[in-house]
Amino acid sequence: MHRNPSRPLSPHLTVWKWGPHMLVSILHRVTGAGLSVAGGAALVWWLLAAADGREAYATFVEWATWKWALIIWIPLSWALFQHTLSGLRHFVMDMGAGFELPVNKFWANMTIVGSLLLTALLWAWIILEKGA
Amino acid sequence: MSMETPLGRVRGLGSSGEGAHHWWIERLTSVSTLLLLVWLAVSLLRLPALDHPTIVEWLAGPLGAVPMLLLIVSTFWHLKLGLQVVIEDYVHDDGAKLFWIMVLNFAAILAAALALFAVLKIAFTGSAD
Ligand code: HEM
Repeated sequence: MHRNPSRPLSPHLTVWKWGPHMLVSILHRVTGAGLSVAGGAALVWWLLAAADGREAYATFVEWATWKWALIIWIPLSWALFQHTLSGLRHFVMDMGAGFELPVNKFWANMTIVGSLLLTALLWAWIILEKGA
Repeated sequence: MSMETPLGRVRGLGSSGEGAHHWWIERLTSVSTLLLLVWLAVSLLRLPALDHPTIVEWLAGPLGAVPMLLLIVSTFWHLKLGLQVVIEDYVHDDGAKLFWIMVLNFAAILAAALALFAVLKIAFTGSAD
């Protein structure tokens, strides 16, 4: 990288007080990357299996409904809720709103509470309704 | 005082002359991805079953195939732009950066093409299995 070492560095991570907005920023990136890899792969596999025929589709369903696959599905659904909620928060901040500290922290926290709540509701519904 | 909006001022700037364009398409595709994911969830909930014949019949029709094709384009475009920013943030060596952005582009386009092919195959050959 072209960095002039004689120039001062901006104050670094160590001097900032940790807050929910920082966690949400990191989560937006981590969930985005996770969704890209795991979500992208799942989508492609599902569609290719459907196009391939009955047998390939049965194999996909077997894997997807395997009980240990929940180790993927539950975090993946949470990631989608978290990324979507923090994405919506991005839109608000892109418009220049919600930067006052208390407001900013409140909505950062709300994306976390919201994504956990939505994940819990989704899986409670799936387990109760579908008897999974 | 300028009457120009902040967005108007940065449009066309950035190191590649299209930084704001990248930013804008990332917003556009996040909105379209969100709408299409809601469509997908509602569609799956409304299907009587999720078995092979039902899924294929649904994807063979225009109301299944067309939004699904759009969803694939929208999602993979959004994630390609998104992951590119992640690479630009962490890979500082110009050569390595170019390499990883190429890998990302190839992988994203390959995955999207496979998914598009699958939907088109179902749409054009129907439930013949
Ligand atoms: C499965 C679908 C999705 C995937 C795979 C995905 C993936 C990603 C990735 C990898 C990034 C880059 C993260 C970063 O730069 O730190 C990103 C950014 C972003 N995503 Fe998504 N995303 C998805 C859905 C959504 C939805 C539904 C929304 C809308 C609410 C959204 C809103 C955003 C926004 C606003 C950004 C830009 C953040 C920034 O500029 O820092 N995404 N996405």
